[in-house]
Amino acid sequence: MDIGKDLVAASATPLVLAIIGEGESYGYAINKRVGELSSGEIQWTDGMLYPLLHRLERNGYVEAIWGKSETGRRRKYYHLTDRGREELARQRHQWQVVDSALRDIWGMTFNAVLQST
Amino acid sequence: MNQKLEERIDEWRSYLHKHRAIQTVDVEELEDHLRTQVKALSEVGLDDDEAFLVAVKRLGDLDALSREFAREYSERLWKQLVTSDRSDGAKGDKTRDVVVAVGLAFAAGVAIKIPELFGLHISGEDDEQMYFYIRNFSLFVLPFLAIYFAWKRGLSTVNRLWLAVPFIAAVVIMNILPFRGEGHTLKLAAIHIPIALWLAIGFAYISGLWRDHGQRMNFVRFSGEWFIYYALIALGGGVLMGFIFFTFESIGIDAEGFVESWVLPCGIMGAFIIGAWLVEAKQSIVENMAPVLTKLFTPLFTVLLLVFLGTMIWTGSSIKIEREVLIGFDLLLVLVLALLLFSISVRDPHAPPGFFDAMQFLLVVSALAVDVLALQAISGRIYEYGFSPNKFAALGENLILLANLSWTAVLYARFLMKRSTFAPVEHWQTAYIPVYGVWAWVVVVLFPIIFKFQ
Repeated sequence: MDIGKDLVAASATPLVLAIIGEGESYGYAINKRVGELSSGEIQWTDGMLYPLLHRLERNGYVEAIWGKSETGRRRKYYHLTDRGREELARQRHQWQVVDSALRDIWGMTFNAVLQST
Repeated sequence: MNQKLEERIDEWRSYLHKHRAIQTVDVEELEDHLRTQVKALSEVGLDDDEAFLVAVKRLGDLDALSREFAREYSERLWKQLVTSDRSDGAKGDKTRDVVVAVGLAFAAGVAIKIPELFGLHISGEDDEQMYFYIRNFSLFVLPFLAIYFAWKRGLSTVNRLWLAVPFIAAVVIMNILPFRGEGHTLKLAAIHIPIALWLAIGFAYISGLWRDHGQRMNFVRFSGEWFIYYALIALGGGVLMGFIFFTFESIGIDAEGFVESWVLPCGIMGAFIIGAWLVEAKQSIVENMAPVLTKLFTPLFTVLLLVFLGTMIWTGSSIKIEREVLIGFDLLLVLVLALLLFSISVRDPHAPPGFFDAMQFLLVVSALAVDVLALQAISGRIYEYGFSPNKFAALGENLILLANLSWTAVLYARFLMKRSTFAPVEHWQTAYIPVYGVWAWVVVVLFPIIFKFQ
């Protein structure tokens, strides 16, 4: 199944915020986690995550600090700020509304299909 | 990691460095990603070559990535962004650009001389003739600048029509309203119409995307660079005129008439367009002038304001309100605002608050204090003698700047205390730009009516 480009783009922000919300993380690990969570269904080119992370940083949702990787190279770690937590809650609520609306209508259609047969 | 892999990563890195939207720190971050990915792939059995290829492929198309970064960091390459896709075009594009710009500059230079064919002379003895030029000065040149950007950006027909509206309105207002030559409202209108039209040019500059705050900031950057180019051209023009005088005088010919009626007016007009074209064409050469000048003058002006306030308190003197003083204080505040706008427009939005931000904050606060003192003096004067167009204009401008600077101070304080990011400060400034335009039109259109063309 291929998830449409627009939907991937729209879901990227809440997904990335939620992953960083689990604890401080860095680009490669975030990409990997997205893959795990969606069993590989949500795919984006790896690089595109970085402009997104930088946008979240500019909006004050995440903060970045340079740390060290296990091999001793410099690595940029991101963590959630208070504003980021608020934004995550807001986005979560919005997605829940969309989700429940879709569930309702699909539940109804499904029942209608059952009854008509 | 073996030697060959390192070489390939080096190659990849230098390729990435060519993209101006991606800076060294971003490259470092991406490189970390690439290396981690290569390592992970090697662990599942790929050899270095395969792992590198897969990792690079998964990172995605570098041009597309660069465009994404560019969207996020328009301050890094604002000009390429605005002219995107066209800037890497063929040489033919550049030549056409030169021809159009020089042609329009020439047209603007000629335009200012056309009224002379009808017997209107700039330096004429007749006052009526001079008032004609005061009224229409900006209308001889700004339309050409608007045409330049409408052409350069390939504006849609609808946007072209919108763009024409303020210019037609300006021509009608300045020439049909019964302004009196010696009246203050005429002078005020003549000062404010360029501001109003400059924002209309901004509409063309940002391809009609006036709702986009990033684009508005690009126009602010353009305005600053344009101003610097204009000042440089003017300086050179002064030297040129000096030598015209000198060389012709040496053979006994007085060149004053020629310089005054041709070189000076045509040069002033043409330089408007040439300056704009230079900003467009010579993208990265002067790019760092505006920030350097702001960095240099922000502390100096802060010191000036603080010392001035200190002296006022120490000596207990108050501001004398005369017309020049009113204008002087307005100009001072405009200058503070310009310093502020420029340092904001080139600031890395991610950088944490630093020394320069504290300086900037101090500048804003001291300007606010001076503004309040000036306002107090003006309102005292108005209370005593009633309104005049000049006082009312000064009052309005002071209030507009006061509102801007007050909220800027609040936002800046929040940023300095790390309670907020820098983005709100930037957004507030770009959101405020239309206010200047609205006010300029108020002065041009409503003032003459309210004050009965005094």
